[in-house]
Amino acid sequence: MAAKKPAAKTNVSGEELQKFYREMLLIRRFEEKAGQLYGMGLIGGFCHLYIGQEAVVVGLEAAAEEGDKRITSYRDHGHMLACGMDPNGVMAELTGREGGYSKGKGGSMHMFSKEKHFYGGHGIVGAQVPLGAGLAFADKYKGNGRVTFTYFGDGAANQGQVYETFNMAALWDLPVVFVIENNQYAMGTAQQRSTSSPDIHTRGESFGIPGEAVDGMDVLAVKDAGERAVAHCRKGKGPYILEVKTYRYRGHSMSDPAKYRTREEVQKMREERDAIDHVRQLLIDGKHASEEDLKAVDKEIKAIVSASADFAKESPLPAAEELWTDIYAEAT
Amino acid sequence: MATEILMPALSPTMEEGTLAKWLVKEGDSVQSGDILAEIETDKATMEFEAVDDGVIGHILVPEGTENVPVNTAIATLLEDGEEAGAAPAPAATPVASAPAQAAAPAAPTEIVSQADLTPDWPEGTPMKQQTVREALRDAMAEEMRGDENVYLMGEEVAEYQGAYKVSQGLLDEFGSKRVIDTPITEHGFAGIAVGAAFGGLKPVVEFMTFNFAMQAIDQIINSAAKTLYMSGGQMGAPMVFRGPNGAAARVGAQHSQDYAAWYAQIPGLKVVMPYSAADAKGLLKSAIRDPNPVIFLENEILYGRSFDVPAMEDFTIPFGKAKIWREGTDVTLVSFGIGMQYALEAAEKLEEDGISAEVIDLRTLRPIDYDTVLKSVMKTNRCVTVEEGWPVGSIGNHLAATIMQKAFDYLDAPVLNCTGNDVPMPYAANLEKLALVTTNDVIVAVKEVTYR
Repeated sequence: MAAKKPAAKTNVSGEELQKFYREMLLIRRFEEKAGQLYGMGLIGGFCHLYIGQEAVVVGLEAAAEEGDKRITSYRDHGHMLACGMDPNGVMAELTGREGGYSKGKGGSMHMFSKEKHFYGGHGIVGAQVPLGAGLAFADKYKGNGRVTFTYFGDGAANQGQVYETFNMAALWDLPVVFVIENNQYAMGTAQQRSTSSPDIHTRGESFGIPGEAVDGMDVLAVKDAGERAVAHCRKGKGPYILEVKTYRYRGHSMSDPAKYRTREEVQKMREERDAIDHVRQLLIDGKHASEEDLKAVDKEIKAIVSASADFAKESPLPAAEELWTDIYAEAT
Repeated sequence: MATEILMPALSPTMEEGTLAKWLVKEGDSVQSGDILAEIETDKATMEFEAVDDGVIGHILVPEGTENVPVNTAIATLLEDGEEAGAAPAPAATPVASAPAQAAAPAAPTEIVSQADLTPDWPEGTPMKQQTVREALRDAMAEEMRGDENVYLMGEEVAEYQGAYKVSQGLLDEFGSKRVIDTPITEHGFAGIAVGAAFGGLKPVVEFMTFNFAMQAIDQIINSAAKTLYMSGGQMGAPMVFRGPNGAAARVGAQHSQDYAAWYAQIPGLKVVMPYSAADAKGLLKSAIRDPNPVIFLENEILYGRSFDVPAMEDFTIPFGKAKIWREGTDVTLVSFGIGMQYALEAAEKLEEDGISAEVIDLRTLRPIDYDTVLKSVMKTNRCVTVEEGWPVGSIGNHLAATIMQKAFDYLDAPVLNCTGNDVPMPYAANLEKLALVTTNDVIVAVKEVTYR
């Protein structure tokens, strides 16, 4: 895994490291619980876990300001937790209950929060890319200085609509950060089997969009790159591409037997490059936290996740009448 | 306390599986992420990982066991330091997780009891002659003056003044911020417009023709139409997709298709297909104000045709209100868009033969004004539908089914559908004529249902 920008120079406080640790751990424990509830049949359909990629959203959220927007694909649980959405509401949506963010009508792949400026949760690979540029278009039209983070994977990076969008985003100087979460597998197809050139961050060059590769297992490097990208957008210089090299420990979805890669490959990444272990080590080495402090955090996170699972099991199914609501908006 | 490890569901449809192999034994310490067992589903062999740390207490289901139902306890997991104790009896039945399903409630009633027969504009309103093209432009200009968040984007809408000159003059009045030329990339700019609508703007997207909107149909349906529902009502796409639809003349198969029935099928969309200039204006103004995604199907042949348009300050026509163009007693003709031309011509000729046809213009296809149609059919006892699109799954098919369900006892003849023929549009002038629905088709159908 090539990391172009070392994170060593990033000036980071113990407080911020603790925040990163807590946020990444919340995502991981939440996803593990979601996997467990799926196995129990409480979550149905498709369920795409974010385990391994936590540093990407946590690092980028640290570069965002209030009012900035985010939009992503169906692997969306981490993005929602990182932008401050309530774990109870997310988990209850996974179980298809009334207390979920979409009242149980969206599911794992389709959640939204106007309050937290989270615009989904989209199930068609690549479709969120023009949508994200459209959010940025609206912000530019209004002149409000906001930036949109548009997340997509290395698989989506081969969709035609991505390049239609790059062209217009550059043409119209839209304030959008295109975040390519390169977890190296487009579902089960390894990047070298699906992608002609390995450097996806250079794909904006012919449109004049700057891009850089980032070590996605290092939350500090991600934040650092995120700040550069956001500054570029806020100055009115148009879009910016971050190819964040990351790794998904679990299958594409819960029903993925993962025969396309070896167990050893996954194990090696977990042992040598885990993003949470990395921050844990920085906290201990920098004497920002003791083993006991971190144990206390683990316990606290476990309690939050456990409460979200309880909420998601206890929240009632949506009323049958909900079948017919929210199809059309009423004129105000 | 010992917890049970349950047989997991490893795919959306898995109900049972084979416990192929245990990779741990009783007394082994395991950590979250360790592989416990291999499980065979109908599709694949999957590795089953531990989600909690602990020690394997008892293995309850031996390896090689087939047809193990999901949620059966297959082992126990002890916390560190805990004794295994006696093995609990294997759970005989899985934990029921699916609550009993109540019957789906009926759809909110779509057929209202009374047709809205109020006039579209007050009696005595002064009228002016206007083409459909001018009426559409005026509708956009008026709405853009009234709402800063309304903007127009599409191919050639600005500098070129519109590929069919519908947006003539708008760039001059509103500037390049609000009248935006796009590259020829329908999928991308439709998606950008849907995103802009999520972000609080009210885009009007012009497709040079709806044939090209097929490039963008995923964004129209999956993103624009479904998001309000998928978000539990939190956000949707208040916007208009408009442009010419259907056959023009001699432009061949890829440029000559009527999409009315396609879009009318989609919950979450509203679908409008005007015939006259007054309707084009009043309905487009309503479409721009509507908080939902609206498909607005125009027609190239009708752009240059003139009609009376009310000279009113602010004139709109509501969705779901059909217009009765001609009252009659012997048969009901139902049409929309350019089909109205054939319906009206047929009605005139039929009158010479002593057949009195009532002609209804649906104007909007979602919602549809069923009530006006049913009321008329109950009076005339006969119905012929007219549209340019293909016969299979047509609007006419849907109306025929609805009439059969709601007014079966009133029918004196089967409902007939006049449609375009079931072929791609040919280029040769004679063949193209044969492919399209004609006034004569309508006359023949009416004679058939009136047994003349």
